Amino acid sequence: MSVSKDQLIDFIYDEARMLDEGRYTEWLALWLPDGHYWMPLDYKQADPINETSLLYEDMFMLKLRVERLNGARTFSQKPKSRCHHVIQRPFVDEMNGDTFVTNTSMHYVETRLDEQQLLALTARHDLALVDGALRIANKRVDILNCDAAFRNIQLLP
Amino acid sequence: MGIYTGDPAAAANLVQPNQVHRDVYINPDVYKLEMKHVFANAWVFVGHESQTPNKGDYFATQVGDQPVIQVRHKPDDIHVLYNRCPHKGTKIVIDRQGNTGKFFRCPYHAWSFKTDGCLLAIPLKKGYEGTGLEDTPSGKGMKAVGAVHNYRGFIFARLAEEGISFEEFFGDSLSSLDNMVDRSPEGRLEVVGPPLRYLHHCNWKMLVENQTDTCHPMVAHESSAGTAVKLYEELGLPEDAPKPPAMEIIAPFMSPYEFFEGMGIRTWPNGHGHTGVNHSIHSNYSAIPGYFEAMAETYGEEKAKAILDENRHNTVYFPNIMIKGPIQQLRNFIPLAADRTIVESYIYRLVGAPDELTARTAMYNRMINAPTSIVGHDDLEMYERAQEGLHVDGMEWVNIQRLLEEDEDFSEEAVLNGTTERQMRNQFDAWRKFMLYDQTAQQEAAE
Repeated sequence: MSVSKDQLIDFIYDEARMLDEGRYTEWLALWLPDGHYWMPLDYKQADPINETSLLYEDMFMLKLRVERLNGARTFSQKPKSRCHHVIQRPFVDEMNGDTFVTNTSMHYVETRLDEQQLLALTARHDLALVDGALRIANKRVDILNCDAAFRNIQLLP
Repeated sequence: MGIYTGDPAAAANLVQPNQVHRDVYINPDVYKLEMKHVFANAWVFVGHESQTPNKGDYFATQVGDQPVIQVRHKPDDIHVLYNRCPHKGTKIVIDRQGNTGKFFRCPYHAWSFKTDGCLLAIPLKKGYEGTGLEDTPSGKGMKAVGAVHNYRGFIFARLAEEGISFEEFFGDSLSSLDNMVDRSPEGRLEVVGPPLRYLHHCNWKMLVENQTDTCHPMVAHESSAGTAVKLYEELGLPEDAPKPPAMEIIAPFMSPYEFFEGMGIRTWPNGHGHTGVNHSIHSNYSAIPGYFEAMAETYGEEKAKAILDENRHNTVYFPNIMIKGPIQQLRNFIPLAADRTIVESYIYRLVGAPDELTARTAMYNRMINAPTSIVGHDDLEMYERAQEGLHVDGMEWVNIQRLLEEDEDFSEEAVLNGTTERQMRNQFDAWRKFMLYDQTAQQEAAE
């Protein structure tokens, strides 16, 4: 089976929609088990391990994050946050057999109570075709103003 | 004019042995007074020397509400200057760090200054001839803070020209900083990357008090730490399988009350104190291969063991930083307004130690203290609910009397049950003392 550029682009759109609609079980199923979600703290940061990042989460942490959102005593989600992605058409930068790289510019809005924040960011997806399905091998999200002081970011761009 | 305007004694009266009035958290005039008296008379953290390693390197930050520049003037000489041109007030540097070369140059009218602040040159200087500029503060150059002290790489400043000495202010509390630095086989730390910067809509003191609040983790963090424990149990991994890193870092927050009671709290004079006298949530981190050997090489096995057996949890240095020795983290609670605080969380590398230690420190920082951290979300929610709740009239005091003892004497070091709120009372005792510091000094001068 081969994957077309359009299928890769559709995958990115579908993922954004899952996050906006809070379909986290489906979203977690997109990931390969050893994938990491990385959100650097520094502009053009190269090392996720030996420097502080905003996020560098394995599947255990991502599951924990998602599970927590619905916890009975998750007070910072009473009431719940909502998010909204507006994405530019993804660039498909690499197509190497069963692995692919896309880069997507987006505006991410997160809101709770009377507060709303807008983040401009670029998401890089490393995708892989495994058993006939596209999966996320790794995802890197660079926030344009990564060095600014932020309020809570509780959901996921 | 508010009821506290220009009246530090009125503000000092907001502190009682078992409670503090809400105005210490929500009143803008009390905030102005604490900037003017508490932050000016205390020794306040500025930065680490490794943030300005070379001559001409600078780092811009705040001491209280005062914009300052930490700058390396000579190889072994770091100065702290107010970030303001003495001419029209323009901030001299606006980026957070950089190198200014041999001198600072104001971007507005090109007045220039040596890196110790002395006036170097003014364009078209003849325009000032005979005007007496040299006798004005503007003619002297960039103003320096009252005093600067470099303690094992950590730069502290006292804004006031006269006042308490560095040694008297910190006393034996420096043992926590010592332990953090001693954990490097070379006795040296280096800053790693930029700090996390997290904006809170609450008073800076709520954050500082929370550092030794040992009755909140198992409650406020049930959502994060409790869920981590539950998820791990559901995985059903064998006992000897490696635990997910999150378990080592986050799960100890769910320790029972008895753990925190037994952990112990020590307080020192002038508002300093720490949790984790006997053990702490950092006690059971896995060993990193090669680290103990490197430590023993430097210190000998016995001393190396003594350094690493110390598991102090959070050490608060009054007024507004916290350090974690076992993981080389420093959090700076920078006040912006009565209801605004930026928390900057720094990490340091133990020079000469394996990289895995830095990796664990970086992991702790992002998992616990980032604006994206689930543990951070738990805490911020509590602070901001309190900041809003304190506006309720007719119930105007905040209680701080857990394990209160009669006639507590904060001028003596004490070690107590780990769930006492004595460290919070200790901070307010110091707050009151430095709020009244100028007034007391004036009275003593008059006598």
